[in-house]
Formats: sequence, C-alpha cells, structure tokens
Amino acid sequence: MNENRIRYKKNQQMIIVVLLLALVTYLSSVLTDFNILHGLATLPEAFIWIFSNLVVTEESLERMPTILDKLVETILMSIAATTTATILSLFLGVMGSKSVGTSKLLGILARFIASLSRNIPVVAWALILLLSFGQNSLTGYLALFVGSVGFLTRAFIEVIDESSQSAVEALQATGATYIQIIMKAVIPECLPQIISWILFMIETNIRNATLVGILTGTGIGYTFDLYYKTLNYHGVALVTVSIVVAVILIELLSNHVRKVIL
Amino acid sequence: MSLLTVQQLGKSYNNQNKVLQNVNFEVDAGEFISIIGPSGAGKSTLLRCINRMVDIDEGAVIFDGADVGTLNKKELRKLRTDIGMVFQHYNLVPRLSVIENVLHGRFGYKTTLQGVMGRFTEEEKERAFFLLEKLGIVEHAYKRCDQLSGGQQQRVGIARALIQEPKIVLCDEPIASLDPNASKIIMDHLKSITMELGITCIVNLHQVEVARDYSDRIIGLRQGQVVFDDVSHRLTLERTDVIYGTKTKPVPVVRELATV
Ligand SMILES: Nc1ncnc2c1ncn2[C@@H]1O[C@H](COP(=O)(O)OP(=O)(O)OP(=O)(O)O)[C@@H](O)[C@H]1O
Ligand SMILES: [Mg+2]
Repeated sequence: MNENRIRYKKNQQMIIVVLLLALVTYLSSVLTDFNILHGLATLPEAFIWIFSNLVVTEESLERMPTILDKLVETILMSIAATTTATILSLFLGVMGSKSVGTSKLLGILARFIASLSRNIPVVAWALILLLSFGQNSLTGYLALFVGSVGFLTRAFIEVIDESSQSAVEALQATGATYIQIIMKAVIPECLPQIISWILFMIETNIRNATLVGILTGTGIGYTFDLYYKTLNYHGVALVTVSIVVAVILIELLSNHVRKVIL
Repeated sequence: MSLLTVQQLGKSYNNQNKVLQNVNFEVDAGEFISIIGPSGAGKSTLLRCINRMVDIDEGAVIFDGADVGTLNKKELRKLRTDIGMVFQHYNLVPRLSVIENVLHGRFGYKTTLQGVMGRFTEEEKERAFFLLEKLGIVEHAYKRCDQLSGGQQQRVGIARALIQEPKIVLCDEPIASLDPNASKIIMDHLKSITMELGITCIVNLHQVEVARDYSDRIIGLRQGQVVFDDVSHRLTLERTDVIYGTKTKPVPVVRELATV
C-alpha cells in the first residue's frame, strides 16, 4: 500500500523531469536557432560522407611511420607532463590537505592554485601560453602540465584527507619529523590511489594532447591538422584510428596496472 | 626523584568545560599503573598531555626532569623518543610490512633524510627482530600489517613502542578492540616485557578487573579529576562506584574476577 504510493510518486516525479527536459531542450534550440529536426535529417548524409571519405587506404598507410613517430612523441610528452605535474601536485596536495597541512595560509594558496589551473580548460591554457611561448612543443607541454597540476592537486588533497590519520598520530608520538611522517606514513598509505590518479591523468593528457597539438603545431595534433587542411582525408582517418588504438591500449595497460596495485 | 610528576594539570579543548582539572600524581620508574574511569573522563587526554600530543593548559608535567609544557620543537622530539605510545586501533601503516612498521619507532633518533631513506643500522634491525621474537610474531615480519589479526597488529604496535627504548610506555586502551583471548596475550606481554626491560607503563583501561589483575597501582578518573589513586587491591567495590558513578547493591558474595 505504502510502497505503491511511493512508486506512484516516483513515476510522477519521473514524468515531471522528462517534461522539464523536453521544455528546456525546446527553449534552448529556439533561442540558439538550432533546428534539431534539421540536424537529425543531415545525420545520414554526414555518416555516408564519413564512411566514404574517412577510410584508411593502402596509400595512406605509407605515412604510418611518420604518424607513429608523432604519436610516440605525443604520448611521451603527455607522460612527461603528468609525471612532472605529479611532483608539484604532491607538494600542493600535502599543503592543501586539512589533515596534514602545516598552515591555513599555505592550504588556501594550494587550493587556489589548484582551482585556478583546473577551472580554465586545457585548450584555453594552450591559447594563453601560445601568446608568450609561441608555437612549439614547450607550449603544449606547459598547457598539459598546468591542467594536470590543477586536477591532480585536487585529487591528492581528497585522497590524503580521506586516508586514515591514525598512523600520523603514532609517528608524531615517536618523535618523527614532519617530512618523515609524510614520506613514510601518508604517501605509502595513499600510494594506490595516487598511482591510479596518475594513470587516469596520463590517459586524459594523451587525449588532450591531440587537441593541444592542433593549436601549438606539435605532435600528432599537428599531423592531424596538416592532413585535414590539405584535404588528405585518408590521412586524417589513419591518424584518428591510430589515436583511438593508442588510447585504448594505454587504457588497457593502466587498468591492468590498477588491478595489480589495488 | 620520580620519573613523572603531574602537578595541578588542567586542560580544556574549547575553554568552556574542563576536561582535566587539578590532576596530581607521581610515577616512579618501573611502576605499572592503570588509569580507569568512565567514557569521557579524560583518560586519553591525560595520556596525551604527558607526551604533549595535546597542549597543556594549566599546571605542569615533569618527565625525567624536563618540564614538558615548555619544551621547544627539538626538545619535544627528544622527549617523545623516551615515551612509547600504544593505541586502541594500533595506528599502524596497514599497507607496510610488520618490520617496516616496527622500525618506524626509530624515526625520532634519525635525521629527516636518514628516516626518509630508511637507513637503519644492523643493530636496529636485530633489535626489531628480537622484539618480534619476544612478542611471538617474528614469522610475520615481512607480511603486510593489514593481513594480521587485531591481536597481532597490537603486538606490532607494542614492538614499535619498545624499539624506541623508551623510559615509559603510554597505552591508550590497548585491548578495547580485542577479544578476551587476544586481550590476555597483549596484557601478559605488556606486563612481562616492561618488567623485564624495566620500563614504566601507564595503561588506560575500561575493564576494572584487568586493571586490578595487572597493575601495581590504579588511578581513577572521573570528570577530569583524580578520585582514586592507590595500590590495586585497595580498589573496593564502593570506590569503583565512586569512579564510575554507579550504584552496586552490597552483595555478600565475592565477585569472581574472571581474568580476561
Ligand atoms: N580533540 C578534542 N577536541 C575537543 N574535545 C575533545 C577532544 N578530545 C577529547 N575531547 C573531549 O574531552 C573529553 C575527554 O575526552 P577523552 O578522550 O580524554 O576521554 P576518555 O576518558 O579517554 O574517554 P573514552 O573512555 O571514551 O576514551 C570528552 O568530553 C571529549 O569530548
Ligand atoms: Mg579514550
């Protein structure tokens, strides 16, 4: 009886939510002059174009060595950006955590840096950095680095604050120094989650690196851009496929690592 | 001179209600003392004032000639190497091995770098194994602590405290999370090892019977004040009632004290 009423109520809520969503969709498409039906109608045509043009041909396979070269460069840069960002983020994470942070001021500073670098999209960072560093791989690296610092710091603060503080108390009572406590109790305790976040960040950065590369003219993003602008759609297809394969491989690999360490 | 003197000790966390007030007692080297009292009486706070894990508000704690409340950072670190601490929840680093956790007890004697690099002397390692052997868990030395039972983890905690070569060991409810069997093992080890090594021991306990069985002397705490401080066998039922604020009817039968 009671249960029925609850279910009825839930259904009612569901209907209201769906209606609201439909209304919002309608209003926003009216406001932006975006015709959903028209958009849907062009879909088949677009797909036909994609499947007839964006195919990997034998001829484009000849470019594979160059593409692989650039792909490896991009992956390495993503990893470098992530690992260096990790070092800074660990400091900021410790500073910003409520449980092991040393001072309120430093904590606020760390969280401010984190939210500043996280809330500006990586693409925006790339554009900003382009102005001062120009089109080179340093700009791409820095854009990824800055974005990673924001994200990782935030993640590390949470990991440290959620980990148990009991060992910290015990080590304080033995007369251990602050750095000993961080390095020998806090970090070891949080290590699996820390590694997990680093792997996630590497995956994300490889995806972002393509986009950033288009802007900064480096790595696989540049190759993509080049083929795209020279209307070499077979090349574009090959680049896309290789990026997808690389990302999937990296994801599989990091999932495996996660399974081993957790 | 006594090893530890607590004089007019007062403590409050939020300036409103006093958690401890006018606490006075002395501890001689080699004593085995239990502190009992109801939950919230301030037992944990009292222990933590001794190694200044919490700040002292009023009065003084004199340990081994040093006024604990006035020590600077470096002196405090030195003081803490002389005071071992054992916790209810063991407070180990669960992902690290037993031997690593035991050696953590040596950090107070090392420079930051030595500690971070994990540079321990052969002597220290031998001592760690000696203590694990004594506590009967040497075969688990390379296991991760989260693979041990509660009783075994607590023995790791005790080894970590003892490898400090402390003058005193403070135990905050070391058996509160253990079953009677494991509790007995822990209390037996605490008693025998501290006696053998001549280490003073203060244990916070919830079980009056255990306190009476193991300690030379019992301090009863109630609402932050010492309401009993005497040799264990003088702790009568009426006095227990005073400490816990309970009322037991005068029963003629002698209560059988089951050792845990
Ligand atoms: N960090 C703290 N901040 C504020 N109040 C605290 C803090 N620690 C303890 N208290 C308060 O101080 C009082 C005494 O606490 P304490 O932990 O010393 O009691 P206890 O005798 O050890 O109790 P239990 O037997 O439950 O462990 C309690 O009222 C508690 O709420
Ligand atoms: Mg307590």
